[in-house]
Amino acid sequence: MEASTANTPTHASSRTRSERKLAWMLCAPAVIAMLAVTAYPIGYAFVLSVQKLDLRFPEQTGFVGLDNYGTVLGSELWWTDLFNTFLIMVISVAVELVLGMVIALVMHRAIFGRGTVRTVVLIPYGIITVVAAFAWQFAFASDSGFVNNLIGSEMDWFGGHVSSLVVIILAEIWKTTPFMALLLLAGLVTIDEGLYEAAKVDGASAWQRFWKITLPLMKPAILVAVLFRTLEAFRVFDSIFIMTRGAQNTESVSILGFNQLINRLNLGVGSAISVLAFLIVVGIAFLFVKGLGARLDEGRPGG
Amino acid sequence: MKRGSRDYVLWSIGIVVVLAFALIPVIWLISISLKPPNEITDQRFIPASVSFDNYKSLFEGGIDDSPFLKPLINSIAIALITTVVAITLASFTAYAIARLEFPGKRLILAGALAIAMFPPISTVGPLFDMWRALGIYDTYLGLIIPYLTFALPLAIYVLVAFFREIPWDLEQAAQVDGATPWQAFRKVILPLAAPGVFTAAILVFIFCWNDFVFAISLTSSDASRTVPAALAFFTGESTFTAPTGSIAAAAVVVTIPIIVFVLIFQRRIVSGLTAGAVKG
Repeated sequence: MEASTANTPTHASSRTRSERKLAWMLCAPAVIAMLAVTAYPIGYAFVLSVQKLDLRFPEQTGFVGLDNYGTVLGSELWWTDLFNTFLIMVISVAVELVLGMVIALVMHRAIFGRGTVRTVVLIPYGIITVVAAFAWQFAFASDSGFVNNLIGSEMDWFGGHVSSLVVIILAEIWKTTPFMALLLLAGLVTIDEGLYEAAKVDGASAWQRFWKITLPLMKPAILVAVLFRTLEAFRVFDSIFIMTRGAQNTESVSILGFNQLINRLNLGVGSAISVLAFLIVVGIAFLFVKGLGARLDEGRPGG
Repeated sequence: MKRGSRDYVLWSIGIVVVLAFALIPVIWLISISLKPPNEITDQRFIPASVSFDNYKSLFEGGIDDSPFLKPLINSIAIALITTVVAITLASFTAYAIARLEFPGKRLILAGALAIAMFPPISTVGPLFDMWRALGIYDTYLGLIIPYLTFALPLAIYVLVAFFREIPWDLEQAAQVDGATPWQAFRKVILPLAAPGVFTAAILVFIFCWNDFVFAISLTSSDASRTVPAALAFFTGESTFTAPTGSIAAAAVVVTIPIIVFVLIFQRRIVSGLTAGAVKG
């Protein structure tokens, strides 16, 4: 018998029991609401994904096993769209991390207008993603945009695959860098200033101080920020829908799912895409937590 | 850092670049919305002449014919209702998590976090099918329910972080001093909790205001279409004119109030956004 068991009360006192009861009652409405609108639809998506269910041909329905998954995984479009999604995700998160770090350092060390900088940086966060996408689309449009005028080119930005993706990624970066910068700033302010002073006395350069002190101490904050942004970037939809509607091979996984589910009303194949998207997100989160040691209990849900 | 030193100059340039980066697209939208229709394609960053025609066209025809007015009302109503419901439910949960001891606490927090990370595309298909069967496709309720899914975890996290900071002992202290439990709650706890609740409400509202995937998947008409979805379906005055000017004007109308809001409550939004990101 272990010694610790002796300390465990055999039954909870009535006070703890009533506290538990109250806590569960307080939590029940939100927990039930969250389960009802996520767990149930996700489960239902699994059910739909193993059926032949095309609302344009309602009479031809039935259980088809994993056929829909075969259709999706066997199509070239799925792999193109998955590649696009990962490309947009990796480039935008990498650029956001560097830019966000620079902005966080500027905000932290701002010599003047600290309040102004913080406020202005928040503006992209407050702007509707669709609106931001329109702003960038108009800026690069070959007829009305100021960008071509500025750089003296006649480029048709939305006429090519790579140039379309460049503008889409730019819009994503603009919209979400503030969030990244704020999360990084929150990690930055917890670092003890004395460490920098001590390093300075020892003759460390500013660059060394950044690499040897700032980065290692900020690792948890960086991992959480990068994880949230990666999962959010994987959902990329709004900017693509507004700027190209998927033309020039710029479709993402979310756009593909939307086209199948809502435009073509093919709930069977569309749900298979939904389930695959869900599994990929779970996989990415697992990789971050197990592989990189991200501490999710220190995190926060995206906004 | 001394004025005129090399570091001072570098940081100043940094600040200016950051400001330009954040502001240029917004200024560009305002500028394009003020261009007269025949100058929209002049490619100038600053309009040569200013006109309010684009704004007038947004509201022409009143609520029945304006392509913008009904979606604006829908957006405000749906975001407000979701915010009130989410904050109410989340307050109960956050209070329990911050103040009471019970098994399952960590599970609720972890579950909420997992839900917040779901890709919306995973639930859109089933919801589309279910809502049509239940008759709530293209209604306010049909959007409010999925928004709650994402609003609740956000609200719970922000509120738990704020509620943990409240010195709850003050409630008992007030009662010892002769206050009734209701007085203690209303005069002591409520003023302490209000800023956190308000911050969570702002973040939830901005989240609902921003959604696009659910808005275009679960609506089909102006009955419940919100502004982001309506913007995607804007058409020009005739088939030959692009709706660029009216989209820009509508974009400015829905952006300015949020920017003003963000400017006023900047400090709170920052603390809410980073709540829980760092232990302390």
